[in-house]
Amino acid sequence: MRLKLVPEQTNFDFFRHSRLTLGLSGLLIVVSLVLFAVQGLNFGIDFRGGTMITAATETEPDVGDYRRTLGALDLGDFTVSRIYDPAAEITGSVPNQVAIRIEQTDDDPAIQADVIVQVKAALSETFPGIRFLQTDSVGAKVSGELVQKGVLAIVLAVAAVLFYIWLRFEWQFSVGAVAALVHDVILTIGVFSLVQLEFNLAIIAAILTIVGYSLNDTVVVFDRVRENLRRYKQTPLRDVLNMSINETLSRTMMTSVTTLLALGALYVLGGEVIRGFTFAMIWGVIVGTYSSVFVASAILLRLDVKRDWDKEEPKSGTSFADVDA
Amino acid sequence: MLQYPTWKKVLVLLICLAGIVFTLPNGFYGRVEQANDARAALEAGAAPTSEMTAALEGWPGFLPATLVNLGLDLRGGAHVLVEVQVEDVYAERLEALWPEVRDALRDLRGQVGTIRRVETTPGELRVRIGEQAAMNAAVDAVYGLTQPVATLTGAGARDYEVRADGDELVVTLSEAEKTATDNRTMEQSLEIIRRRVDETGTREPTIQRQGEDRILVQVPGLGSAEELLAIIGQTAKLTFHAVEQVTGEADAQTTGGNLLFPAMDQEGVYYILERRPVVSGEQLVDAQPGFDQNGRPAVTFRFNPAGGRAFGNFTAENIGQPFAIVLDEQVISAPVIQSHIPGGSGIITGNFSLEESTRLAILLRAGALPAEIQVLEQRTIGPELGQDSIDAGRIASLVAFVAVMVYMALSYGLFGLFANLALILNVALIFALLAIIGATLTLPGIAGIVLTIGMAVDANVLIFERIREELKNSRGPARAIQLGYEKAFSAIVDANITTFIAAVILFAIGSGPVRGFSITLGLGIMTSLFTALMVTRLFVSMWFDARRPKTIEV
Repeated sequence: MRLKLVPEQTNFDFFRHSRLTLGLSGLLIVVSLVLFAVQGLNFGIDFRGGTMITAATETEPDVGDYRRTLGALDLGDFTVSRIYDPAAEITGSVPNQVAIRIEQTDDDPAIQADVIVQVKAALSETFPGIRFLQTDSVGAKVSGELVQKGVLAIVLAVAAVLFYIWLRFEWQFSVGAVAALVHDVILTIGVFSLVQLEFNLAIIAAILTIVGYSLNDTVVVFDRVRENLRRYKQTPLRDVLNMSINETLSRTMMTSVTTLLALGALYVLGGEVIRGFTFAMIWGVIVGTYSSVFVASAILLRLDVKRDWDKEEPKSGTSFADVDA
Repeated sequence: MLQYPTWKKVLVLLICLAGIVFTLPNGFYGRVEQANDARAALEAGAAPTSEMTAALEGWPGFLPATLVNLGLDLRGGAHVLVEVQVEDVYAERLEALWPEVRDALRDLRGQVGTIRRVETTPGELRVRIGEQAAMNAAVDAVYGLTQPVATLTGAGARDYEVRADGDELVVTLSEAEKTATDNRTMEQSLEIIRRRVDETGTREPTIQRQGEDRILVQVPGLGSAEELLAIIGQTAKLTFHAVEQVTGEADAQTTGGNLLFPAMDQEGVYYILERRPVVSGEQLVDAQPGFDQNGRPAVTFRFNPAGGRAFGNFTAENIGQPFAIVLDEQVISAPVIQSHIPGGSGIITGNFSLEESTRLAILLRAGALPAEIQVLEQRTIGPELGQDSIDAGRIASLVAFVAVMVYMALSYGLFGLFANLALILNVALIFALLAIIGATLTLPGIAGIVLTIGMAVDANVLIFERIREELKNSRGPARAIQLGYEKAFSAIVDANITTFIAAVILFAIGSGPVRGFSITLGLGIMTSLFTALMVTRLFVSMWFDARRPKTIEV
């Protein structure tokens, strides 16, 4: 007996409510953009500059004590928060951690190395035996560049993908795939804006992986669409799309579940440092799987594909498309 | 039906074997590391101790011993990104050129009249001449001082540009010379930072130039970035000057031949010094921490013969006068010369702690940085947190691994087991590749591996689902397997290439954590393609050839 998430034969009509689902996606995109515009992102020091110190004490820390100690130093804006690791019991991570974030006070391109020395000295005095687990400090100059590079990376990745799909399929596929990608990226930014999780370099990496994953999913569906379009020349596009999605549904679920299993383990047990990253990835896998069907394919349906495919796929540009078909 | 040429079988198996063998040392990280250290120490000529022999026996010499480098976030350490103020050197160059320019113009005094240097921005040298009519002659004379620069593009470029601006003559560095100077400055800075970090005796520091004018320093195991900055952040330019006057005014009037520097330890005390140093740090051959007569920490030093002679002559001529020891534009101390100091050695006293005197000695031995440096980024990861991350990563990977394998076995039975075996080989191959290419494993890198575990099965899933479909279409088992592999191929290639594109872009643009992630993601795609298309296929075909089942269930 095999474990099967999806019955052997499915016959869902994925486009019965396509107006509704597309509308929902559109609405979510607008909501994400509005959220981004209104409350922005909780940029980490990678992107905003400043200093972040993670410290641990022997005993249960009192955040108020930290605030008082640091407040006496005249540092400008700072925040102190307690770090809870729900999996600490299993992974045995260092207990009693707090995170201290100090904003950059002026436009000085170099970071304030002195501030760090000062803060550590003051904290060591108030809390004997305090350990500084991690200190990160980024100057405004570097953080500006990191923002530019991050945005550039995402734009380049999307452009490269657009080009690749166009080369391998038809332009309609390309538009559908990129629409799905943009959908996924915007929704991810939206959710980060909503829950105000820290948005740092690792999240950019996560978004790029989402781009790769979402595309992976879309391409598998499209590949089947292409195959079925050649086989059933007279069948309406809508039926071909439905057939293709149903045929690949079992694989789509299977891969999403295995990836989510791996990510779930990482989220719960992987420690505080990469929790934001795995959160983004989990969200991206769910949204990416959804968008392959309800955005990419739905747009493909609306754009309509030309059906006068030759019996043989022209050799140019697809030299390794069907080596063995 | 599922023919697989023997050479291909052997090759695939050999690659898998190599993967396992090269991954093996990473399973015994501590032991292999100790053995490697002992071997390196012995090769460097250290006397063998019993500990070394024990360490060597911990890992047999015939096995590969290349380890995956652990990133700072996993082993703890300090990371500093600094920017070298390369423009500082331009001003120094022009400063050094001024006497020559003055002499060249003096030779033409009859034509050009009075010569006066005008204060201006640091990047240029301005000289006002009395007779504007003779400007061309003046420009020609100064141009005669310039020298050609060898560049790839700008043939015929000179090192300085000379132009006239009204009655002022302006000298600046040419673009070609600026580039050449920048490169020299960066090389010197790298060298000096390397020497300073080496002096502290830390292990395996990374010191790299990044971009035009930046240097990245990573020192594993160092307690904090602040410590690192104390070593590399200081210019440590040491000079000895004759003192003209001591004053309490921060804005005391000085002439062009003088300098005004504050005292290091005394608030509100300023020294007016002769601009030309008597001797400078470049002429030091050694510096050691020591103690003065009163037992306070100090730094003893020795000059090279030329420096020693200059210092000796100066002290002989100026007995009873003070001279200033200047470090980075601050006067450490200004002792009065008691007697002629021959022999070229001396002692620097000041208000040092033992730590400070030790550090100053290191800085003086390693030499001064050619330009000031500015800190752009500093990060410290404590060893505890690094170990935490390794533990968390290990547990998360194991759980992910087991969950995915159980799920695969439940879904695909025997074929699932084949895929699981391939998955194990996949991770072994990733580690082997990481060790072979000398990549660094970081925490995001571990995330990349975990993600690969999830996604690596995708190719197998695609194939197995396809075989199921073909079986449904009532194909024979052999034919179904073959068609399954063939038809799934294009989807697998397209899907992986797109993810690979993302990984390449991450690698090209990203830095730090992003890069670590992209390396394992990219390698993971390659190895998972190999394991899905070659390894599981080999297993399936070997199983099929041995059993020849009439029906199969996938």
